[in-house]
Order: sequence, then C-alpha cells, then structure tokens
Amino acid sequence: MTDTRNHVVIIGAGHNGLVCAAYLARAGKQVTVLEAAEQPGGAAITREFAPGYKVSAAAHLLYMLDKNISKELSLEASGLCFSQQDMKTTALAQDGNHLVIAGDSLQGADISSKDQAAMKEYRRFMDRFAGTFNRLNNRIPPRIGTRDSSDWMSLGKTALDIRRLGRDDMREFLRIAGINIYDVLQENFEHPLLKGALSMDGILGTHLGPRSNNSVFCALHRLSGLQGMAIPRGGMGAVSDALAKAAAKAGATIRTSTAVTRILMEGDHSCGVELFDGEKIAAGTVVSNADPKTTFLGLLGARNLEAGFARKIQNIRMRGNTAKLHLALDGLPEFSGLDPKRLSDRLLIAPDMEYVDRAFDNAKYGEYSVKPVAEITIPSLQDDSLAPAGSHVLSAVVQYAPYQLKAGWQEEKESFTNLVLDTLAEYAPGIREQLVHQELLTPVDIEREFRITGGHWHHGELAMDQFLMLRPVPHAAQYASPVNGLFLCGAGSHPGGGVMGSAGRNAAQAVLATKQTGGE
Amino acid sequence: MSEFSRHEKTAAIDFSTKAHYKTKVFPSPFYSRQEPLNHLKEWGRWADYLSPVAYTCSAMEYFACRNACAVFDLTPMSKYRISGIDALPYLNRLVTRDVSKINMGRVGYSVWCGDDGRVIDDGTIFHLHENEYRLCSQERHLDWLLTNTAGFDVTLEEETHDVAALALQGPTSCATLRKMGLEDVEGMKPFDIRYFSFENTQLMVSRTGFTGDLGYELWIDPEHAEILWDRLFEAGEHHGIQAMGDEALTLLRVEAGFIQAGHEFMPAHETVRSSHTRSPFELGLGWLVDFKKPNFNGRKALLTEKKSGHRYNLVKLDIDGNKPANDSYVFTTKKKFVGTVTSATWSPSAKASIALATLEAPHGKPGEEFLVEIYYQKELKWSRVMARARVIEGVFYNPPRRRLTPPADF
Repeated sequence: MTDTRNHVVIIGAGHNGLVCAAYLARAGKQVTVLEAAEQPGGAAITREFAPGYKVSAAAHLLYMLDKNISKELSLEASGLCFSQQDMKTTALAQDGNHLVIAGDSLQGADISSKDQAAMKEYRRFMDRFAGTFNRLNNRIPPRIGTRDSSDWMSLGKTALDIRRLGRDDMREFLRIAGINIYDVLQENFEHPLLKGALSMDGILGTHLGPRSNNSVFCALHRLSGLQGMAIPRGGMGAVSDALAKAAAKAGATIRTSTAVTRILMEGDHSCGVELFDGEKIAAGTVVSNADPKTTFLGLLGARNLEAGFARKIQNIRMRGNTAKLHLALDGLPEFSGLDPKRLSDRLLIAPDMEYVDRAFDNAKYGEYSVKPVAEITIPSLQDDSLAPAGSHVLSAVVQYAPYQLKAGWQEEKESFTNLVLDTLAEYAPGIREQLVHQELLTPVDIEREFRITGGHWHHGELAMDQFLMLRPVPHAAQYASPVNGLFLCGAGSHPGGGVMGSAGRNAAQAVLATKQTGGE
Repeated sequence: MSEFSRHEKTAAIDFSTKAHYKTKVFPSPFYSRQEPLNHLKEWGRWADYLSPVAYTCSAMEYFACRNACAVFDLTPMSKYRISGIDALPYLNRLVTRDVSKINMGRVGYSVWCGDDGRVIDDGTIFHLHENEYRLCSQERHLDWLLTNTAGFDVTLEEETHDVAALALQGPTSCATLRKMGLEDVEGMKPFDIRYFSFENTQLMVSRTGFTGDLGYELWIDPEHAEILWDRLFEAGEHHGIQAMGDEALTLLRVEAGFIQAGHEFMPAHETVRSSHTRSPFELGLGWLVDFKKPNFNGRKALLTEKKSGHRYNLVKLDIDGNKPANDSYVFTTKKKFVGTVTSATWSPSAKASIALATLEAPHGKPGEEFLVEIYYQKELKWSRVMARARVIEGVFYNPPRRRLTPPADF
C-alpha cells in the first residue's frame, strides 16, 4: 500500500529528475520516477548508434555537474569516474596553425604576448563573475513582491554576491553581463582564431550569435560550474547511471519505458499521473523533469491553468538550433597540422567571430549554416568501451541547425549532413574514407528522441529574461507551479541547462519546504 | 510538430471582410434613422462607432424610459460568439461565476479577471444554443479572448459588426413589442432569450437591459436594422416611444446601481498602475466569484484576497441636498479622507442626490455616515458644500415591474 500524500511521482528520469528523486527519497518521501525511454538519463545518456559504437547521444562534455551533488550522493561510490578531465581546447585553423587553450595559457598559432597577457586577465574576471553565477545556481530564486523572509534573504544574498565583487569588478560585471561576446572579445584580444574559439562559449546550444545580446551571459553560465571539462568513462550515460543508482539506493523506484501522458487533477491540485497504457498513479506531489511547455501545455493542458500564465508558457523562447553529429570511424582521424596527441582535446571549428556570426545569420532566416561551427570530441581515444579496438567515435555539436527549418528537415537533413562532413573534411581530409556509419540528430530528432519541445537542450533559451526568478516564467520560478502539488525540476527551471543537477537539487528543497495541503 | 500543438487552436476569424480600419469611425446600422432624430447633432464615440449623446433632451429621454419606453442603440457593444464542444469549459475558465448555471435560452451577468484577480470587464453571457454562447461587454477583448482559447476546442468569432442591437426599455416596452407582433413576448421572464421570425429574418429578443426597469434587448442582422427601427417606432407611437442617448442611459444605470467600466473600475488591461485596478470583491461582486470551480482566471489571487481582505468597498450613497456629487471626495464625519465618488446624479425617480462611491475598507457598512465634498457653480461662482451622506442597502430605484411576468399591459 502506498501513502498517497507522501508519494512523489517524478516525470522523466533525466539527470535532474534523478537528482531530485535521490534527495526526496533520502528525506523520507516515497518516490517513483517514470521514464518514457528504455533507459534513465534523458539527454544525458550513452547509446549505441552503430553496431559496436557507443556515444553520448546529446550532451557530450561534463563541466557543470554540481560538486555538492557528487559529494552528497556519493556518485563516485556509484561508479562515476572519468576517462578525461581538465580537457584542453584546440581551436582548429584552416591553415593547420592550430591554437591550444589550456585554462588561461595559450600555445601555438603565433599568438602574441599581448594576447597571452590579455587571456590571463580575461580568465581572471570571467572566472570571478562565473563564481557569482555559481552561488546563484544552488539557491532557490527569490519571489519578488512578497514579505516572505526567505525571499528577502535570497534577494539580499544575490545582491551581496554582486556587490562583493568590489567596485571595479562589479562595474565591469554589470557592464558586460547583458551585452554580446563579440564586443567583449574585440576589446580584449587580437588573434581571430582565439576570438572565434572563445566566442563559442557564448553561443553553444543557444539561438544566439556572437553579436547577440546575452552571449556574455551564456558564456558566464557555461563557466559557472567552476570546473574543467571532462568526459565520464562510458560516456554521459555514466553520470545518469550513477545518479540512478544513488536514487535507487535512497529508496526511489525508477520505471523505464513508462511514458506519462497526462497529469491528473483533483479539484485545484494535481493528484497523480496517467500512463500511456491508461494506468493511473496517485501521488500527493507531482514533479516534472519535462520542459515547461511539455509539462504545462502538453501533460497538464492549458485549460487547467490561468490564461495569463498559459500565455507566458507559450511565449518561452525554446527554438533549438543545435544538431548533434555522431561518426563511427574505422581509424583515428587525421587533422591537417594537428599533433595526434591533441585529438583528445575539445576541438573547435570556429576560425573567427565573423565566421561564427555568419553561420548564425543563416539560422535567423530559417536556414542551416552554410559554413557551420562545431565542437568535436573523440571520446573513444581514452575510453575503449565506446568503439571496437582500433576504431573510433567522433561526437560533434554542430550549429546552426534551426528547429523550424524553412525547407523542412525531412527534405534537408541529408544535404546538411553532407555539408557538415564537407566542413569536417576541410580540417580532416581523409575522414569520409574512414566513415563506417553516421548519425545526425537535428533539433526535430532531438525533440522526438528526448521529448524536449523545440529540441532545445536547455529546455528554454538561456538569457537574462529567462533566468533566476524569470525561469521559466514568474509564478513557476521557485519550482512550485501555480497548480498545487505540481513542481518543476528540469533545466527549464533555474539555473538551466547543462548536465548540472542543480535544478533537481533545488526543486527537492522546494518540495520538502512545501506544506502538504492534500485535498484542500 | 511539437507535442503540445494539438492543444492549440487558432480561432477562425476572417478579417478580410472587415473594413472598419479604413474609416475612422463607423456609423451604426441605425444611423439613417438616428440622424434625423438627433436634433442636438451631438455624437459621442463608443469604441469605433458613433453613438448619440442625447437626441433632444436627456431629461426627456430619461422620463420616456421610466414612464413609457425608450430605445438605445446597443450595436457598438462588443459581441463575441463562442462555440464548440469546449464553449462551456472555456467560459468557466474565463469568468469568475459558474457558467453551467446559465441554462440554454438564458442570460447571465459576470465579470472576468486576469491572473491577478483584477477585473478586466463585466458583461453578459447569452446561452444561445447548445455549445454556443455570446459574450457582450462594453470594452473590446479580442486579444484576451483569443489568448484564452489555448487548450480548448472552441471557435471564437468577433461579431460586434455583424449584429445590430437595440435596447427597448421602460414600462410600455412589452406592450410595444406585442404591438409589433411578437407573440407571447409577455411570457418572457427576466434574462430569458427568445427567437421570433421578423421580416423574413430571425429576431432575437432577450429580457435584459441596463436601466433597472422592465426592458428588452433586440438583436438582428444589420441588413434588417432599419426595418426593425421603423417597425418598432410604428408600434410604439401610442406607447410614448423615444430614442435615447448615452446621457439618459447613465442616469438610468446609476439609479439602478449598475457599475460601468471606466467609472467604477478601470479595465485591468487598460490600466498602467496595477494598484488602480479592482477585484470583484472591491466592486461588491463577490457573489459572482465561485471558488467551487477548480480553475478560473484570477482564482488563486482571489482566494488569497478573500483570506487577507480587500482594499475597497463600492457603496451606494444617499446624499443630502440636490447638488450632484460627481467626482467628489468622501470623508468620515471626522473629516478623514476615505474615498471618492465614481458616479453621481440627481435621481428624478428616487428624488434624491445619489452616488456610487469607492471607499477604503472597512468603511462602507449600511447606514454608515460620511461627508461628501461637493463643488458646484452658479453663474461662474463656485461654492463648496460638505453634504452628509449615508450608505444605503439595495437599489436607489427598483420598480416591481422590472421583474414582473407577465408585465402590465398598456
């Protein structure tokens, strides 16, 4: 028998759903996680895409996972380890004169001493500002206009964090946080390849170009994990597996291949969910790891919301613009002029900022980039579990590939795949000959496979107008929704996307802080 | 297609036939009949329509309505047709009251709020046919009503310009309609809707109005507007029928104690300062808020307000003397400011200076006395009086014929 009031149903076993499940189960809640896919993990999974070849199917680099979560849930004890850590970045140059970025030091590409000095200062202030973001990440955003002391505390802490930067850094923070990364990099650096590579921090996974507002904001968000880039052994699925183990150990039940089709209402509060097969599961609390549009407009239905709130949800900007390319290769690819040792770096195709911005221009008008940018990893280099011996897996995040492609993805997917391969071949001329299998996931594919509206990895654009107490929208930004008993715990909530887990952890706190009202 | 798009439905509105944006203002379909009667040539505006302020003398028009019958052109009223299997749930989410209690062939009054529980407008809901309603209001609300369609299988049509409407109000209104040939119209109860065949078209009649008197509203396609006007005035010739303008109507509605957007409350969507809007409780319309409904716009905010208390009370004041108290400040007898008059007039029927006023809560209990600061002018000489006023219960003027079925014959 289940005590319905103590029963929490979590919709979706993405990493945030699993984090939330683990914390709630540890606090004594009876937790059931319902996952539509065959394995837990959501967009943080490893799966086979060709016989013998496995890849992180969506997110492929780990750089934001909340350290509190790793510690509190003992993820290492649950089997999480890394094949690569503190990865360097190599910005690929068309002429083979590549640039290696390792923290705040630069090598190659005839980089000037001026740029080298500027890089130290750039990393100093960016890391400092990212530290401010980091403190925001683990806090439930304040509600504005209440007299609740916790809201005032949260607001005060946020203001204090910014003030604590000191006069000069605070001024600089306020100056650049809302502007575009193109201008900031232009102010600081000379070398086009360096600027192109750094601008990628501001635009990956978003519908932004380097000249778009909010691109500095995105870069800071990306850096706010305050950790180097890493690849888990076994791919990103290893993070989810460890989280699933931790959740199960804490007492949570995880049911896979169990799609939720509806959030059920009883009076003015949610009372459980209905599954694809008609089964109904009663629960005092429903927590959704699905994106806000899927949660409110799909599973709950706009009619169960007040109209102004429903309109705000409809207006969330979440048009995915990122494609994912997976290549199975029968050997190690050769990049012109690149030391093979550098192949385990994070490789970037972003030769200069104009190139990146032109790539975005296409997307603005519903076309894919004629000259796309890419973030490439070859995880099989350090992890032989991913590909047969001697063979390799290449995983690339490719932009821009707008969700609402004018010509339609059905028609254009093949030509875009070829175009991306051609772009790769400009740097690694023999790559087509090594190809055993290829897979390209467009935002439409991502929407279908991972059930994310618009195929937007972050469950909503990362921008100042969709952050903190505005994420996803006011009245749902503290994880509790306007519907009694219904909470959000996914990347659509503060602090957003990236394999971070903070939204799940914060949401668990919000659930536990809410008095169970039951059938009121 | 995204997963939720199946829940979205675009309302079918064809704007290609609507040419009103090309003209600055619409003449009503009754214009050819109104124009010769409008001796004062004073035209006001109601949304995008010309609307007579008064035809000859607003006092005469008022007395026609209270003692015989008067005709007011309702065409500029916003009219929206809501149809489809979700018409009822759509309306129930939109407005604060329980719409399922408005049976087919009946009309109900309601208010609707935004998520913040502040009144956007008030109006009437006509339950025309199964799964088919008409929503009428003074202000225009197409955007908000369309916003509300998300998640509902409904069709929303703006039909303001497709329906011509007249209010026929006053003690001889029923007799006039009978004379015009509407059989058994006397059997209609207040808020009933009936359909009559008229000049090879359908005439819809509702026993509704904005005067607090016996009265009807007549709804017809614009092509038949002029013939309706002509037949009505023929039939009413010996029943004292008169055309009436906006000034007389205002007098009538204040006597009846009806609130009006722009006077007793600012429509929330037109209000910049959110504290200047009003909740249903603050307009004395708590009886229209049905918390038994699990969801409607403003429910959460109104539940909170119900617990924490509202800021204002809307009251009816009976004021000493005969000076209309328009726009006056209201003070306690100890001269502490507590509110303002929102509508005021000398009431010829109640023989009193009457007003609707917004007072800071908890002021406004029946019988409570206040001072109303009235400025008035005689031949350019201004005077000020602090008139005593008391809160009354009920309506200033409430003739039994308003509800009587069948109404008295004349």
